[in-house]
Amino acid sequence: MKQWVKRKDRIAAFLSWRVILMLILTASLVLLLGARKNFGWQQYVQLTLDGLRGGTIYALIALGFVTIYNITGVINFAQGAFAMLGALLAITIDDWALLAAWPPAARLFVASLVAIVLTMLVGILIERLTIAPARDAEPLTHIIITVGVYIVIQGIALIIWGTQPYTLPAFTTLAQRDVTIRLGGLIIKGQSFWIWGTTLVSMVLLYWFFEHTMLGRALRACAVNRTAARLMGISPSRMSLFAFALAAALGALGGIVLAPATRPTYDMGLSLGLKGFVAAVMGGMTNPGAAVVGGLLLGSIENIGAGVTRAGFKDIFSFIILIWILLFRPSGLFGRPHTVEKV
Amino acid sequence: MAQPILDIQAITTCYGAIEALHEVSLHVETGEIVALIGANGAGKSTLLNSISGLNPPRQGRIVFDGRDVTHLPPEEKVRLGVSHVPEHRQLFSTMTVWENLMLGAYHRYRKTPKHQLDADLQRVFRLFPRLEERISQLAGTLSGGEQQMLAIGRALMAQPRLLLLDEPSLGLAPLLVKELFQVIASLRDQDVTIVLVEQNARVALDIADRAYVLETGRIVLEGMAATLRTDPRIRAAYLGGHMPETSKQT
Repeated sequence: MKQWVKRKDRIAAFLSWRVILMLILTASLVLLLGARKNFGWQQYVQLTLDGLRGGTIYALIALGFVTIYNITGVINFAQGAFAMLGALLAITIDDWALLAAWPPAARLFVASLVAIVLTMLVGILIERLTIAPARDAEPLTHIIITVGVYIVIQGIALIIWGTQPYTLPAFTTLAQRDVTIRLGGLIIKGQSFWIWGTTLVSMVLLYWFFEHTMLGRALRACAVNRTAARLMGISPSRMSLFAFALAAALGALGGIVLAPATRPTYDMGLSLGLKGFVAAVMGGMTNPGAAVVGGLLLGSIENIGAGVTRAGFKDIFSFIILIWILLFRPSGLFGRPHTVEKV
Repeated sequence: MAQPILDIQAITTCYGAIEALHEVSLHVETGEIVALIGANGAGKSTLLNSISGLNPPRQGRIVFDGRDVTHLPPEEKVRLGVSHVPEHRQLFSTMTVWENLMLGAYHRYRKTPKHQLDADLQRVFRLFPRLEERISQLAGTLSGGEQQMLAIGRALMAQPRLLLLDEPSLGLAPLLVKELFQVIASLRDQDVTIVLVEQNARVALDIADRAYVLETGRIVLEGMAATLRTDPRIRAAYLGGHMPETSKQT
């Protein structure tokens, strides 16, 4: 009963008059701008679908942010680097001459797996070399460290891969050209289904891991009450390592499935990392489910926004959302309004 | 005499910048219940935190079972058999009763066959039948008494040889306190040695074998619980003066 009242309160708070006014205003602005371009419902659905593709990747990266933040209290701004490393490592391994004789599907699969494992190793290295020694430092110190780590990784990537964009074959056709599926007037790329599918599967696995394995429970316990977790024999330092490995795997997976739909470059991690961060903030930073919703919302909002204005304005919308959330809903879209999460 | 299971030699522990314990020495024999009593802020909880490793001492030595464990972190100590039920229970509030209990057995989860864990779980349920009724409820939604039972049950799942209990009576109704302390007293028969911190000196002295009295970070008195119960200084300071029959605290 209590639980229910609380939920009702929260829905009521979420739908306060200010929010409703804001939504109506935004919606009419979008429709007005859309009308200038003669947009019908089909265009909006198309924009949303395309936005959801990017949004899914933001969701994966946001999950990494939330996992690390919950377990260690660190906001890891190197999160985007994991996506870049995943994508570029997979491409490099896929192109590797020694594997040229392999069937392309097997090569792609093995390349992706190895790329994920290597990125996890990078995550583990980052934790051991930069976060663990500064375990008791201030949150601001952690942020500066992770930003520094991101810059270092991007710098190394620039040396290895240069500035040119790379390509990974689409998963369906195993070639540069992807299949497109036409549904009514809508166009969906084959890769979008791979993105949605792998993300869905990994989220189900992640849920199972956290709810039904002892290691998952230990990680949650560490997030809920660190002191008590230590008294149970759960080592926070070990859990922190797991958190970074897990977040790295999620980021790498996102980067790899996204790679055929974009042209990965050494600096792709910056925007992906920031968008993932915005998505995590939308979800209140601590709630994985809300972070996923945040990612999907962010993806569709920015794409619709860019659709009715200009493609180059895409990033503006993410940061408007970020500022708005931080100002008015610091505990996230679904959290209680006007309260700051405890750190 | 056999060596004590816990031997604390002149430890000094700081709580932030304050010296909360000053050269405290005490020993606990196997199978004993030892009570630590004293006023708020006397350093009782800090002493338990020093033993479990949450707040390791600056000076002095802690010997557990013949081994120097002064600077061992709590996650290692629980493996040796030291289990700490901390102040305010510190449950995993958003996890279920079952999950809390199972996390209690975390350090031996991989080494222990599943039927053994189930048997241990049943043992906890025999002590606290209420927990079995609430098995899939979230720990944060339990009543104060049930939360305390869960905190103790979780610690027992670690199969401790030394159990550190911090204010188990805090916030509980008198009747529940009595019930809970009966269970605590019964743990002694299951080869668990207990160090009990209590502000409610009456109930603590009732079940303890020996007790230490702490005042501003120093041990000022020690003795058999039966002797301390009749000590006029204790009665005046901690047992509600001339009203020995009613408990001062609820």
